[in-house]
Amino acid sequence: SFNYLNIVDELAKNAAYIGTPGKGILAADESTGTIGKRLSSINVENIEENRRALRELLFTAPGALQCLSGVILFEETLYQKTASGKPFVDVLKEGGVLPGIKVDKGTVELNGTNGETFTQGLDGLAQRCQKYYEAGARFAKWRAVLKISANEPTELAIQENANGLAMYAAICQQCGLVPIVEPEILVDGSHDIQKCAAVTERVLAACYKALNDHHVMLEGTLLKPNMVTPGSDSPKVAPEIIAEYTVRALQRTVPAAVPAIVFLSGGQSEEEATLNLNAMNKLQTKKPWSLSFSFGRALQQSTLKTWAGKEENVKKAQDALLVRCKANSEATLGTYKGDAELCEGAAESLHVKDYKY
Amino acid sequence: KTIASSGRGILAIDESNATCGKRLSSIGLDNTEPNRQAYRQLLLTTPGLGEYISGAILFEETLYQSTTDGKKFVDVLHDQKIIPGIKVDKGLVPLPGSNNESWCQGLDGLSSRSAEYYKQGARFAKWRTVVSIPCGPSALAVKEAAWGLARYAAISQDNGLVPIVEPEILLDGDHPIERTLEVAEKVWAEVFYYLAENNVIFEGILLKPSMVTPGAEHKERANPETIAKYTLTMLKRRVPPAVPGIMFLSGGQSEMEATLNLHAMNQSPNPWHVSFSYARALQNTVLKTWQGRPENVEAAQKALLVRAKANSLAQLGKYSAEGESEEAKKGMFVKGYTY
Repeated sequence: SFNYLNIVDELAKNAAYIGTPGKGILAADESTGTIGKRLSSINVENIEENRRALRELLFTAPGALQCLSGVILFEETLYQKTASGKPFVDVLKEGGVLPGIKVDKGTVELNGTNGETFTQGLDGLAQRCQKYYEAGARFAKWRAVLKISANEPTELAIQENANGLAMYAAICQQCGLVPIVEPEILVDGSHDIQKCAAVTERVLAACYKALNDHHVMLEGTLLKPNMVTPGSDSPKVAPEIIAEYTVRALQRTVPAAVPAIVFLSGGQSEEEATLNLNAMNKLQTKKPWSLSFSFGRALQQSTLKTWAGKEENVKKAQDALLVRCKANSEATLGTYKGDAELCEGAAESLHVKDYKY
Repeated sequence: KTIASSGRGILAIDESNATCGKRLSSIGLDNTEPNRQAYRQLLLTTPGLGEYISGAILFEETLYQSTTDGKKFVDVLHDQKIIPGIKVDKGLVPLPGSNNESWCQGLDGLSSRSAEYYKQGARFAKWRTVVSIPCGPSALAVKEAAWGLARYAAISQDNGLVPIVEPEILLDGDHPIERTLEVAEKVWAEVFYYLAENNVIFEGILLKPSMVTPGAEHKERANPETIAKYTLTMLKRRVPPAVPGIMFLSGGQSEMEATLNLHAMNQSPNPWHVSFSYARALQNTVLKTWQGRPENVEAAQKALLVRAKANSLAQLGKYSAEGESEEAKKGMFVKGYTY
């Protein structure tokens, strides 16, 4: 039950827990439309039972939960159960994993711009968050999207998205949910890493200004940013370079009060994402927050392909998930040796140009 | 510009079902759809209304309703030469991190809703947010109010609807008129700044401000000339001339006060049309005359015309208070009023 007076302590405690070294987040909050794309890529029908079966496969994979501190769910999944009738939230809780919930309602075109967007979902958000808390959720997620090109992101897009994130975060905290603040700057484009760094710094500065204006308690939040990389059409650089630019951008913009930064993978291959995270955690420099993962595709890709929707493949698929979970767990400690058994597809880029979730 | 036409103003009948219920129950009627429909029919079919009224703001339910003879309300308005408008916000909710203040919801899906309303015949929209002087107002509340209005205005224009921009500075409080002026200047500065950021075209908006008055509980009341002076000072300092019309809200003033104040503001030319967008200040006597009885409809419609004409004359600076009824003089301020 919900005690408003303890809210501050609970938020800070849960946010800190998610940043536990050796752990991170599995983002399994694909909307029904998006999960449909994943399922169809392995020729599986997009029906509720298949969605349920996939998530059961993930959450009951032996050993996987030990590498995780949180799992982000889509609303449908929050209320689903295993085949034997156990609610998923209970499976997670017993495995020491906090259930999270995606609360945004997707992006909509920002009028007057060249294809930029803002994120919807604020109407009635407080009521929904209360319901989700009652159902067992302890953190929430809201994804804002920005893009880089000659004239973007515009000041308007940055302000609107930062403001939306701040309002969402404030409302979540009032309802006992730790808000993950996700201002994703898409990797699409031919820009270099310096440009990505400059834009990331500008965007994060706007986000923290908005969060502060809305009196969001930073100790009870998490940040889910993109890593700082060259654009998808530009030549790749080594993980050590990505680590250097990313951590520097964060040092310049993210207050020390934020307990953990959980990166999105944004189209990197499973292995790339792990190597980059590992390089960041090896870097000898000021890092007052934990650096961890909140991966969707970069944790599930091999698992999905191995499963292919077939009951007889479940165990192999769960093994594949454990491989990636362990690798990323080590990456949060800077101890990953790059020797994870690579399944088919682990090194495959997951970037889709102008990806729509 | 049509709405901001000489001698005319807006009839605001966009009370949500809950709020309309309060009006109906004040005359002993149940809050049912037929009663709401009957009441709005009474108002909208008032013969000759279009001489004094240029626009009518409707609630969503009403936009899709018809008369008992089956004529769509939007067609009734069209024949009256009154432009239909639509309330698009989804009401006020508590603003976290503020000093017990509110913010206004309604942006989710606003673009597609606006497109639907346009199809149904609406040509302007309205969004009401509030600012409370006793609560500060906090910088956060002012910013949030202004930003929400700017986003709504941009989306409205994108869908062919003229946005009425309404940041109501509530009457509640014991502050003097100078403090109201200070807050109003701050609010409007921020509103216009964000409207510009959102590429809103000023020639295509209307404002619905509160007049600059002392707080309701302030020891001294201000006369219409003082209110006019402070209000016009604020407008001249903050409202670009490109804005075609400023349609004041009545916010709890009596019918007569609202008319007198408007009249005082129109004693010399203004760069924008200065008029009214009144709900209670147009409907109060009408409701009391009707009492829900069919035999009273004609008298109630006449009462509406009396108020509409009075405000039309006020808009022209030609109103005289002679012959006003006692009912018209009754104040309608309710402390902590929630719509």
